Amino acid sequence: MSVELTKPRSFQEIILRLQGYWAGKGCAILQPYDMEVGAGTFHPATTLRSLGSTPWAAAYVQPSRRPTDGRYGENPNRLQHYYQYQVVIKPSPKDLQELYLGSLKAIGIDLELHDIRFVEDDWESPTLGAWGLGWEVWCDGMEVSQFTYFQQVGGHDCKPVSGELTYGLERLAMYILGVDHVMDMPFNDPDAPISLTYRDVFKQTEEEYSRHNFDVANTTKLLSDFENAEKECKSILDQEHIDPKTGKRIIMAHPAYDQCIKASHIFNLLDARGVISVTERQAYIGRVRALSKACADAFVLTEAGGHIAQGTQS
Amino acid sequence: MSDLLIELFSEEIPAGMQKRASTDFQKMITEGLKKADLSFENSEVYATPRRLVLSVKGLLDHSPTVTEERKGPRVGAPEKALEGFLRGAGVSQEDLEIRDEKKGQVYYAKITKSGRCAEDIVAEVLESTVRGFPWPKSMRWGSGALKWVRPLHSIICTLTKDALTKVVPLDIDGIVAGNTSQGHRFMAPAPFEVNGFLDYQEKLAKAYVVLDPQKRMEKIWQDACQKAQSEGLEVVEDQGLLAEVAGLVEWPVVLMGDIAEDFYELPTEVLQTSMKEHQKFFSVKNPKTDRIEKFITVANRETKDQGATILSGNQKVLFARLSDAKFFWENDNRTIAREGMAALCEPLKQVTFHNKLGSQAERIERIANLSEKLSEATGVDAQEAILAAKVVKADLSSEMVYEFPELQGIMGRYYAQAAGLSSAVADACRDHYSPLGPTDTVPQEPVSVTIALADKLDLLTGFWAVDEKPTGSKDPFALRRAALGVIRLIITNDLRLNLKDVFATSFEGKNSNDLMGFIHDRLKVFLKDEGIRHDVIDACLMMEGADDIALLVKRARALSDVLKTDDGSNLIQGFKRANNILSQAEAKDGVEYSYGPDVKFAEETSEKALFEALDSAEAEISSAMSNEEFERAMSAMASLRSPVDAFFEAVQINADNEIIRRNRLNLLGRIREICAQVADLTRVEG
Repeated sequence: MSVELTKPRSFQEIILRLQGYWAGKGCAILQPYDMEVGAGTFHPATTLRSLGSTPWAAAYVQPSRRPTDGRYGENPNRLQHYYQYQVVIKPSPKDLQELYLGSLKAIGIDLELHDIRFVEDDWESPTLGAWGLGWEVWCDGMEVSQFTYFQQVGGHDCKPVSGELTYGLERLAMYILGVDHVMDMPFNDPDAPISLTYRDVFKQTEEEYSRHNFDVANTTKLLSDFENAEKECKSILDQEHIDPKTGKRIIMAHPAYDQCIKASHIFNLLDARGVISVTERQAYIGRVRALSKACADAFVLTEAGGHIAQGTQS
Repeated sequence: MSDLLIELFSEEIPAGMQKRASTDFQKMITEGLKKADLSFENSEVYATPRRLVLSVKGLLDHSPTVTEERKGPRVGAPEKALEGFLRGAGVSQEDLEIRDEKKGQVYYAKITKSGRCAEDIVAEVLESTVRGFPWPKSMRWGSGALKWVRPLHSIICTLTKDALTKVVPLDIDGIVAGNTSQGHRFMAPAPFEVNGFLDYQEKLAKAYVVLDPQKRMEKIWQDACQKAQSEGLEVVEDQGLLAEVAGLVEWPVVLMGDIAEDFYELPTEVLQTSMKEHQKFFSVKNPKTDRIEKFITVANRETKDQGATILSGNQKVLFARLSDAKFFWENDNRTIAREGMAALCEPLKQVTFHNKLGSQAERIERIANLSEKLSEATGVDAQEAILAAKVVKADLSSEMVYEFPELQGIMGRYYAQAAGLSSAVADACRDHYSPLGPTDTVPQEPVSVTIALADKLDLLTGFWAVDEKPTGSKDPFALRRAALGVIRLIITNDLRLNLKDVFATSFEGKNSNDLMGFIHDRLKVFLKDEGIRHDVIDACLMMEGADDIALLVKRARALSDVLKTDDGSNLIQGFKRANNILSQAEAKDGVEYSYGPDVKFAEETSEKALFEALDSAEAEISSAMSNEEFERAMSAMASLRSPVDAFFEAVQINADNEIIRRNRLNLLGRIREICAQVADLTRVEG
């Protein structure tokens, strides 16, 4: 108890404590997905695994990219690359709120001194064809997490329902560590022989990516990349379910979903480059949604998606 | 008799849904009990973020046993009929009674419905209430199929009689009703048993839960005012925010914090919006400076540092928010200082308004054209109207409105002022969206009126032209609201305007008939609220000038008023009688009786009197009508009541003499003709 209540001293300590806490609660601690995504929800461990009836419990850090939020590392709160901590448990346990509050305690928030509130916030992802009900969690008036009970993903009803927790790590850590500018935040132990701040790690990359995202990213190439990813996704899903080489039933939901993730990120980049008009925007979102729906349709036919292979039914 | 206590304990219910849910909860349970004949003395309902609570006092222990008598078939009726009757009544033949009636012997059955115990009824009613609860949005959780607004954790359902409390046996998808609740999530989370409503309320209060939302609101408001007053400040009243905040806390603790002086220069609306929308803070004003200088936040708990940590956290968040706002405000002002309003208007070319209706800039162009056309009717200088139309949407491309869309219009006014535009134009930036709701203030300043009207007319003609009309409950572009806005703008400002002509000039007049019909439908709804019947409006809609809303409304109001008088309503009867006789005669004779009748064929005194009355009424009505004095015309028409009544009393229309008959029919024709100048009375019901 007393250990939990000590204040963490660095950004990474907060992450490590979250990892420890959720591991202790029985979650599989996964690693970040190795692709560019806009939010932790895009990780197949959340989107795809929240489909079907197979139980699931996972937690992971996910680097997330929002090209339009780039500010060359100058804004105290905005970054084009930041970290989310994501927990997804299916079926949602009865004490998920208590588990969540326990995690806040674990990272040094004294629940006796702070005002934690669950404020209505219904979540919807038009690109994922997903929605859920829940809250944004406030700590002293600041939004520190998103708490959602998934109702639908990729157009499929979630049965059972997954509970999803998303922590905006930088903002949360800044608050806990009492830092006003994200770049001033200690990344590792401030007393370490080589102590690093968030600035040391990310200031330069924020500058580089801000310039790239806003002014340099090749839009012609991106536009064709989008088309290609879209085509590729469809073509992967069009393959026979039975692999002609091995004779096994292999539905390639994940490789197809990678292309969907790719298309989504390219769309975000195009958006940041300002080449997508308001009207086209809806059309692009609709195209990404069509891909995620197709991937969800494919995933529920796989074993992890709850499909029971014929002949193995007991 | 017993007292019933129900608590539905769940995860946090959205603040905005609690009030409606309380009403629905109370209504569903009490109506369910009444339907089962289980009467009670009274009921009270409460809601907090985590619970819906109903207390019902003086509930019957049993519903009464009722005996009903049912008449069956005649003795000797076919076997089948008797069998059916016995089955329906649930009795056997020996229970039947035979009675002698006029038409012979008849079977009678006595059916006794025995009462049911309160427990059973309550359980049944509560279960169906939970399963059928009309949340605006509900969800499933875990592996269950039950739906609630957020996961439902526990149910208290108890009946208390003579201080003895019994749990009503009930299991809804594994949630078993009991007598246990818990207090504040953080301050008193331990479960406790309750023994009836009073005990429950008392234990909750000790467990840091104020059950009654009204009391939470009162406490918040009192504490807030007191805190502000102690420093010579005042809280800006906001009932909506107060209700919302009271729905976010079970144990309200009011804290007052500072706004850094750097932000004092921001427009009041920016400060208020930023604090209210994002942080749910109340604004605190310094009456001496008339500035917002502090804020009130409401925490959900007490702490050993008297809220110091909570307040400093909130202050920090506000600082970040206001820094953003200040940044936008300064940027926008710099842009205007450098390039004027044009700098904000230019980007609107790139903003799509609607994919079939082009960009915002194109829409602005249309609004400017409409404004020019309307300027005569609204009495403004056409050039000023065009200028206003071109800048009223400029703020849509400002950074501030991008961040706070709800400040559209308000920022426009500030920016127009900064650009040195006239106050009429600046006000139009703010006011041209009005009226938004049915109770919203209607602009009266001519430039604002012109643009407000043009703005809505463009919406209507535009979406009509691309066939995006409202259907059923779907009205994504709020066109009903726009139509009501048009109506209220016209009526309030008494604008004389042929709407159909205006429609005809926009989008090549596509569907202008249909659109006029839409406006008329909305007008009916609007006038209905004023107490004017739909048939009265129909009677006026048939008249010339129905496309002139102000004129139409004057006519409808006058007609409605006259129909409320004795003469008016009786005249309608006379008119209808005349009209019926005429229609029959016209159908039979195959002619229209609209030739002038001749007084020389009048035989009876009352007939001659009617001639005279019609002459004078006709003169009065046509002079009144040419001046649009509907009241005078209507009362002239109503004055025909006595002569018409007297005429029908004394005169037989179908006289043997054909000349006299025709003359009388033509006389009726004149009644019809004269009345028709005022309104189409055939449409009036009754």
